[in-house]
Amino acid sequence: MQAAEINFLEDSFKKYYFEHFDLIRVPERTSEREFGYQKFNSGMTRHIQIKDDKELHLLFMQNVPSDVYCSNAYYTFPNLPMNEKDWKGADLIFDIDAKDLNLPCREIHTVSICNECNNVSKNSIQCSKCNSTKLEKKSLPCKNCIDASKTEVLKLSEVLVDDLAVTKENIQVYFSGNEGFHVYVYNSQFQEIGSRERSELADYISLRGAIPETFGMRKFKQDRTAFPDFDEKGWQGRFAKQVFGSKSKRSKIITELLANSYSSFQKTLDNVSENIGVKIDPNVTIDIHRIFRLPGSINSKSGLVKIFCENLFKFDPYVEASFLNNDSVEVIANCPIEFKLKNKKFGPYNNEKVSIPTFAAVYMICKKLAKIA
Amino acid sequence: MLELGEDEKAKYPFMADAGKYLKEQGFTLEQFGTDPDLIPIVEKAYTRIHAACEMNKDYESEIIQNQVSNTGSLPREVFSFLLSIVLLKLTGIPTLARRFALSESMRAEGFLTKDLKNISSDENELPIKIIEDLFSIKIKKQGDFFIIPVVDYIKHSVHFHEREWKLVNRHVENGFVYLKADKMVRLFRIELGKYINSKISSGKKPSMIPGFEDIVERLISYSKKFQSSFVTTGEYPPCIKHAIEVLEKGENLPHSGRFMLATFLLSKEQSVEQIAPLFKNAPDYNERVTLYQLNHLAGTSGSGTQYSCPSCEKLNTQNLCFATSECDNIINPLQFGKKRK
Ligand code: SF4
Ligand SMILES: [Zn+2]
Ligand SMILES: [Zn+2]
Repeated sequence: MQAAEINFLEDSFKKYYFEHFDLIRVPERTSEREFGYQKFNSGMTRHIQIKDDKELHLLFMQNVPSDVYCSNAYYTFPNLPMNEKDWKGADLIFDIDAKDLNLPCREIHTVSICNECNNVSKNSIQCSKCNSTKLEKKSLPCKNCIDASKTEVLKLSEVLVDDLAVTKENIQVYFSGNEGFHVYVYNSQFQEIGSRERSELADYISLRGAIPETFGMRKFKQDRTAFPDFDEKGWQGRFAKQVFGSKSKRSKIITELLANSYSSFQKTLDNVSENIGVKIDPNVTIDIHRIFRLPGSINSKSGLVKIFCENLFKFDPYVEASFLNNDSVEVIANCPIEFKLKNKKFGPYNNEKVSIPTFAAVYMICKKLAKIA
Repeated sequence: MLELGEDEKAKYPFMADAGKYLKEQGFTLEQFGTDPDLIPIVEKAYTRIHAACEMNKDYESEIIQNQVSNTGSLPREVFSFLLSIVLLKLTGIPTLARRFALSESMRAEGFLTKDLKNISSDENELPIKIIEDLFSIKIKKQGDFFIIPVVDYIKHSVHFHEREWKLVNRHVENGFVYLKADKMVRLFRIELGKYINSKISSGKKPSMIPGFEDIVERLISYSKKFQSSFVTTGEYPPCIKHAIEVLEKGENLPHSGRFMLATFLLSKEQSVEQIAPLFKNAPDYNERVTLYQLNHLAGTSGSGTQYSCPSCEKLNTQNLCFATSECDNIINPLQFGKKRK
């Protein structure tokens, strides 16, 4: 990114932080968290301890960061190097990202930016201008991407509440600011467990590593009564609903399952887990030293805000996470895909000079699809 | 300490306060070395250790049908256990102690399972109390099942490598894991073994009790059988060699030991990919977690800080130091083999 774009983004971000500091959600036990931030075109500054809102405000105003992060872990000494911090616990955290959902729409709204000649083309494996294969992919997630991610969030909440006894009030869902959602769980029985144990939870939630016996199928001494019931709790019940479809079909389907081999049941099971398992990124959940984008801060990959979702069902990130102003700016836009922000349509633009509102300009500049004119 | 009935003392002798028990029965340890009536019990303790180390089931217990068979057998059962502990302390060979502890914990597991199956719904029953007392975990009876909070379940189950023990293969409901009595008790085997082992390895090595010398000698020469034939090159310090040996035997290396080994090897310019397979044999191996942890230590993920190998002093306090004369004058395992003046 060039100086003109950086200046423009910094100005816009600063304005947002000045006017909307109330949207920043500082986690509980603030002074026990590790904070970090990045500036445009520079590396990460970590191991920062923040006492209160005032200090945080200062950090934003003095540094005008492109991104701000905060740990889900709490430490005795968050400002010391990692091995001296004294880890005390960490909120459970889940990352659901549209890019991990294998959605067919993704192909359509991904663009390729050539690293050699900066040419922007629709998703491809080669630059249409210079044939280079060094391409950077940028996705402009669509409504379908967001809806599919929401479905995963709902599946996740169900497992957390029904199986793991997390109370609804202790689950907070945030739009990540780009392609998905971050789900935070507070005050659960799992605050103090390490990576190994979190990995078990992640496998449970995504229904990974299940064996046929768990759902009633045995290699020897088969037994019809071992199969789960329709109203059973936990994965057994969800399995029954998915595989039997209705109570009346249970018996017939069990007969079929028993007639097929044990190994084909494992395949059925893998299919089921692909369908009903929650698609979380396990590496995020097991990482107990990571710092995450701070709620209320801007994601520099999009210029959208990581915002709390009051009503997930109705939530529309392209309306509710876009906070930058309407002042119009002139940019050279090179964006082959149409997108919608604050209920207005933009693009497609073919390397043309256009005058558009700041929020749309920022979105494209963050995606490397526009430059200040 | 829990108040135990007579049968329970025989079944769970590790729960008894050894000193108090001897006193109550009117004995001192020294008497067992000299009193001809008591010497057979020391012999019985030897047999008990031997049978445990061979992992064979035919150690002749005098417990029949979950009860002590006759009045004389109770003290013999408890004494032979207490004396086994004393003998193992005097022998001072960790392999014997570990094998004994594991086998005794499996023996107790059998009793505990039966006792657990037999309880009514009363939460204050002894088997439940024993579990609470030893592991600070409250389990509850619910129908045919026993339930344990998910978090307590996974803290223990991560040590198993059979897939059956993964949380995803258990019935989970409302924050609890549902288990049958045998699985519930099995969950604590490693911890129970550790608990018994701690009875042997805690405290100072006692001075020899007159009359025990022979049996201790016999145990020492018996233990040669378990000595590992593993050879490492001369370049690694004893603490590191020891940790590698433990892992290669598929035994559990404590977290501090893994930390030492990984940071040592990383400092020796070994890559995460080279080191990871070392942990494959560990009872709780998980590839994803191992790679994450190694990358974290190497500083290739997250913080970017590389962790350094702990000092010899620190390792000593963690019981990971096995210093030999070659360790002369060094303060960190990384200095091993480099001449210092
Ligand atoms: S003295 Fe240091 S190098 Fe030697 S065994 Fe002990 S810890 Fe290892
Ligand atoms: Zn090109
Ligand atoms: Zn889409």
